Amino acid sequence: MDSLKRLSLILTFAAGVLPFAATANAENRVFDQGRLLLTGGVTNVEGASGGGVATWATITGYGDNDGVGANVHGTYVNVKDYSLRDYGASVGLYNRVELSYARQDFDTQNIGAALGLGKNYNFNQDVYGAKVRLIGDLVYDQDSLLPQVAVGFQHKEESDKLHAVRSHAFGIRSASGTDYYVAATKLFLDQSLLVDTTVRFTKANQNGLLGFGGPKSNDYKPQFEGSVGYLLTKKWVIGAEYRTKPDNIGLKENDWLDVFTAYAFNKTISATLAYVDLGDIATIKDQRGVYVSVQAGF
Amino acid sequence: MKRILMFTALLAAVSVPPTVSMAQSAMDTGMPSSNTAGAAPMAGDDVYKAFHEEAGIQRIMDDFIVRVTTDPRIKDRFANANLVRLKLLLVQQVSYLTGGPDTYSGRDMKTAHAGMNLQSGDFNALAEDLQLSMDKEGVAFRAQNKLLAKLAPMEHQIVTK
Repeated sequence: MDSLKRLSLILTFAAGVLPFAATANAENRVFDQGRLLLTGGVTNVEGASGGGVATWATITGYGDNDGVGANVHGTYVNVKDYSLRDYGASVGLYNRVELSYARQDFDTQNIGAALGLGKNYNFNQDVYGAKVRLIGDLVYDQDSLLPQVAVGFQHKEESDKLHAVRSHAFGIRSASGTDYYVAATKLFLDQSLLVDTTVRFTKANQNGLLGFGGPKSNDYKPQFEGSVGYLLTKKWVIGAEYRTKPDNIGLKENDWLDVFTAYAFNKTISATLAYVDLGDIATIKDQRGVYVSVQAGF
Repeated sequence: MKRILMFTALLAAVSVPPTVSMAQSAMDTGMPSSNTAGAAPMAGDDVYKAFHEEAGIQRIMDDFIVRVTTDPRIKDRFANANLVRLKLLLVQQVSYLTGGPDTYSGRDMKTAHAGMNLQSGDFNALAEDLQLSMDKEGVAFRAQNKLLAKLAPMEHQIVTK
């Protein structure tokens, strides 16, 4: 999708929010940023609110039950043999619905060579997401074990002109696919601890980097992702994440692991820094490196 | 010897454990028993100490009252409040919840906030003001969160809109 189309999509997203402002209650608190710092999580690599790699049950932005919030984000991941630039926008409506868009630009570097595409081959993937909070409230439900639970999907489309080449080499079934997930996130204020566990049904190979489905399997299988975060201050959280992935191609996909720190300067800007271990990618080993992300919004 | 033993027995007889007599008199005279405080108190008094005990909680609430009555988001909510009584009750409630010696003599959260049509934004604004007051007093963040863990579920009673 070219830049103009992408821009108009983002603007359509934003325009979609404004009618809600017009129909807001008399006190007009729609853009009041009613929620507490960090309660919207940060934006992950798929554009949804959560940690760095895990999608949480949070709704992005600081809109409380009567308001809306939105964010734009930019993320850069640089591991040993490839890098990823990721940017997008997301909207949170009345602490109930989240809509998100992320564009992932992969610079395949040496992995491109391994994929038979040529070194430094670039391609990208668009991720369209929607999430609905079903039950629970992250902050208020401190007197029960009930987590905040949300369900959602992320539809991923690769724009890859040489897909046919890779498909033949690796037996990839499709250049697009949809992940479905259930996320349960709980904040234990008494321990200053946040815990997320998410189950994702996906066919994505390397998060979509290698398409969807493969010779070993083209079925949806449940995968697990989760985060643990410790609140150091109102603005600062440190933690770790884990994410499993399917093995549809037979190229040994490793689980992802990262340790992260996220800092909310205020309700407008937050930054996340992580050390990520993505394991082996397309037979290239030990893809570890740095993850940096900035999120701005309200 | 006999007189000493009798005296000791008499002393033992009148040394009824204070909690029993207080509870008894509470039931008899209707003295407060903190069951309207909105949550069970914390075990031990570590958090009460982290709040610098009675003096610290007084200072926090002095600062808190100033904040909420000048916070543009919620100051109008306090237009008709008896601020002296409110501060007294807040100190009682926080002292009680953090494991301090006070008992809470106010109304339950639902009754106290009935008819105010409060929204979650109001509740969160107040929580943020409380955080700032606790920060100013130098209460450790972990201890602050332990109090917030007690207060957060009260949202279900307090927010009606």
